[in-house]
Amino acid sequence: MAFRDEWARARAVAWKDLTTERRSKAGFNSVAALAVTILVLFGFALGPDAEAARAAAPGALWLSALFAGVLAFNRSYQVELDGGALEPLLLYPGARRSLFAGKLMANFVFVALLMAIVIVVSLVLFHVAVPAAWPTLLFVVLLGTVGLVTLGTFYAAMASRSRAREVLLPLLLFPMLVPVLLAAMQATKAILDGDIMHEAGAWISLLVAFDLIFLIATFFTFDYVIEA
Amino acid sequence: MLARRFGARWVLRGVSLALRSGEAAGLVGDNGSGKSTLLRLLCTLIRPNAGSATIFGADVVKSADRVRELVGFLSPVPGVYDDLTARENVRFAATMLGRPAAQADAALERVGLVHVASERVRGFSSGMLRRLSLARLLVQAPRLILLDEPYNNFDAQGIELVNAVIRETVARGGSALVVVHDVGLAALVVARWFGLRDGKIEPLAGAPTRGVAPAGAPAGAFASSGAVH
Repeated sequence: MAFRDEWARARAVAWKDLTTERRSKAGFNSVAALAVTILVLFGFALGPDAEAARAAAPGALWLSALFAGVLAFNRSYQVELDGGALEPLLLYPGARRSLFAGKLMANFVFVALLMAIVIVVSLVLFHVAVPAAWPTLLFVVLLGTVGLVTLGTFYAAMASRSRAREVLLPLLLFPMLVPVLLAAMQATKAILDGDIMHEAGAWISLLVAFDLIFLIATFFTFDYVIEA
Repeated sequence: MLARRFGARWVLRGVSLALRSGEAAGLVGDNGSGKSTLLRLLCTLIRPNAGSATIFGADVVKSADRVRELVGFLSPVPGVYDDLTARENVRFAATMLGRPAAQADAALERVGLVHVASERVRGFSSGMLRRLSLARLLVQAPRLILLDEPYNNFDAQGIELVNAVIRETVARGGSALVVVHDVGLAALVVARWFGLRDGKIEPLAGAPTRGVAPAGAPAGAFASSGAVH
């Protein structure tokens, strides 16, 4: 199947997922509410100490994105399972990677919107000033989101074939996400601290490397995980 | 001899069947006899534990992608998206199948859903959802159609529509395998009947038929060989 056809199929899957989500609304609202709740709880736990809050902001930001993201990834396959739509999806001819690409694009848009909310709430809640290097911060968030969504979409597909998918996904996903989250948190922290030690660049390079490895590996192995 | 087990239980234990091009065959059997499992094997949704099957020369395991181009499967579960409209559902299928959107609109008209094409399918009756599934099959126009309990939830018009789809597929040299509990409705189109019992398949003598199996047609819409090990 030509690349043009695969691209059309990937776009169709992404459009279908985002349209379904936009119309039902239940998914995004609950996931965003969870992310904000986690941030608020972190805020309460850290207390009124502004310095401690600022220091904890990168960790709180990425952890809330992680926990909320797990709900989003599970949901992206739940939509297929609810109406028995996964089987017709798997019966369409053509490479399965176009399904993965479509799911990946839809989940990226979903999590990117979630991150926009999480960032704004974090800035307010943890007394963080917008850094001078905010474009670099956005770049780090973009890279971290790509890593999170790539692995989340992949492992959610794997877990979707199991009855214990809600439990299985975090068990599979969290250990694999450690390098991405570590690099994203450290890069975010360095940028928020003004990057005095010039360490953000190294963490960003690491994030780029992880993203590329995970993107390539998941695209090449998706056919095997989605098979019954 | 196609075989498949779930856990320790062999559901199919040596199924051997050849279906000719231009022929519609029917398959009956008790609940749990493996009828749906056989269809799911033939459309590549699951893999056999032993044996092999070919669809118009394409192996269901080795050439699964080619088989998916050749086979259309009408499942008892509609498999549509509740928050999309009827038109969006069928157009999505058309895009995934590489067919033009106009074909999706024509299929909707054929199954009698054009008047609700812009409505979300969440409120559709089970019969309307079945018609939507059938529209997806019409868009695909496959060479082999596998129909699992195709008459469920259909009114008289819907039943005739299913039979028309079978007749058209057979008329253009394709084949159909229809799984039913009651042979009555499919007898109008089916040429040969098979029974599935204890994981094995055998011709069913005495069941009513109307369909005509073409004489001298090329052998093997699908055929299986192999053994349970």
